[in-house]
Amino acid sequence: MSAPGSKKNGKKNVDDRYEIRLSGSGGQGLILAGVILATAIGVGDGKNAVQSQSYGPEARGGASRADVVVSSGEIYYPKTMKLDMLLALTQEACDKYYPDMKEGGILIVDSNLVTQVPTKNYHGFPFVRLAREEIGHAMVANVIALGAIAELTGIVSKASLKEAVLARAPRGTEDKNKKALELGFSIAKKAKGARS
Amino acid sequence: MKAKPENVLTGSHYLDGNHASAEGAIAAGCRFFGGYPITPSTEIAERISQRFPRIGGIFVQMEDELASMAAILGASNGGVKSMSCTSGPGFSLMMENFGLGIMMETPCVLVNVQRGGPSTGLPTLPGQADMMQARWGSHGDYEVIALAPDSPQESFELTIHAFNLSEKYRMPVLIMTDECVGHMTEKVVIPSADEIDLVERKYTDKKPGEAWPYEWNGKSIPPMLPVGKGYKFHITGLTHDEKGYPVINAEAQEKNVRQLIDKVKKNADDIIWLEEWDTDGADIIVMSYGISSRVARPAIAKARADGIKIGQIRMITVWPFPEKRIRELAGKVKAMVMVELNHGQVYLEMDRCAAGQCVTAVVGHSGGTVHKPDDIYKVIKDVVK
Repeated sequence: MSAPGSKKNGKKNVDDRYEIRLSGSGGQGLILAGVILATAIGVGDGKNAVQSQSYGPEARGGASRADVVVSSGEIYYPKTMKLDMLLALTQEACDKYYPDMKEGGILIVDSNLVTQVPTKNYHGFPFVRLAREEIGHAMVANVIALGAIAELTGIVSKASLKEAVLARAPRGTEDKNKKALELGFSIAKKAKGARS
Repeated sequence: MKAKPENVLTGSHYLDGNHASAEGAIAAGCRFFGGYPITPSTEIAERISQRFPRIGGIFVQMEDELASMAAILGASNGGVKSMSCTSGPGFSLMMENFGLGIMMETPCVLVNVQRGGPSTGLPTLPGQADMMQARWGSHGDYEVIALAPDSPQESFELTIHAFNLSEKYRMPVLIMTDECVGHMTEKVVIPSADEIDLVERKYTDKKPGEAWPYEWNGKSIPPMLPVGKGYKFHITGLTHDEKGYPVINAEAQEKNVRQLIDKVKKNADDIIWLEEWDTDGADIIVMSYGISSRVARPAIAKARADGIKIGQIRMITVWPFPEKRIRELAGKVKAMVMVELNHGQVYLEMDRCAAGQCVTAVVGHSGGTVHKPDDIYKVIKDVVK
């Protein structure tokens, strides 16, 4: 084993830092979604990805968020500074975190749960309703959102994301998770098509 | 000696610093964990409690931190590599028995995932304000070894290293990490077992009845005596002679305390691990450790882009403090800046060793989050003026 730290010498210093925040309320699976996204990028795609979280002493409810910083160079500052992409699954999260966005950043919201969006430039999808009605389980709203994020940002390859989602899916839920991810890809693709 | 394959989760993983530290302990051959859960260190205990039953380790959730520290000392003297983890308030409670571990020269590893203090402070947010407590928290005069990882990868590596140092120098070793590193999830590459070197405990080669537990010779670390093999011996927190029995006088005290201090001081070059960048020919050097050393990098890069001749020292070992190197560099540079999540603890050591040879400054912080790189940059610019 080499001396700790030696890994950092001679690394390229590319400045393509991309900052993501997944936000909503506790229990929506956002921390897990953050870990899945970062695993797909960090282990699957071979870029660097750091996932950090900020949480209070309470176990559920309240605003919850997972931050992921992505770069092909070393990530020294592990926290987010200005967000390139924000996912908000509640109005509270949208209100709270929208000001942290970079100008021109991508905002993705749950169109049923976030009714007052502070900009016209955003993508809205009814993630929770789709999860319940199309997949039969509200729990997979986070996976549908991950699919939409992959399609809209291109920050993660679909193959790596699929692998990371399935690696974390409890036994017996693989098909539902796969279906949820595909649904995320397709609704975002349609939305992109409608815009151009 | 190499790690055992069944202990090593070889491959690329995505782990937080706490889970990585637990994997490091398992890879190092740790088989006893006694602890009391406390945020933000609990994930270490949690992972070990899940992994130990499958590999024959013993996990005990103790009644409190006093008992936790005592339990790992007992387990270690029983012949098993042992560890505990805690944070601020629990670290305070462990201090008395930590001193017992120092006095009994018992190998073990204690991880402090630092949070904001004093008192219960900020359970879920980072700090680095227990650094002087790590150095001086237990009563009496002694030396400590404390390591500070800056990433989950290094949390894995330094936990193994801490076990190795504890066996080599026959003493408790501290890992002074923090909430940010502990809860940060990042890629961790775990090498194969044959790439991990372990230091195994040295036991006496003398026969029962001929060996004592503290055969100090002023040079090498005395071997331990195994239990359950016919050796009858006594160890104590009282000042003792080489036989391990109390001797309450100044001569015995001098010999005993001298051993605790000398084994670290005389081997400082072997123990101290620094990482340096661009320190040769630098006008200003930024020193730091753990998460702060990582966060300082963008600020240093920005200052360098301004044309400032700036270097960095990252202390992987904080205690013992790298006195020799700092004295040497202080005579060559114009300024040294310490970055840490407290208001100047390890800074005091840097300033002492600089001894007026150069300007010194601290970029302090009360904790609760990490420094903003721009705050570090501003101090660098101020010092250069």
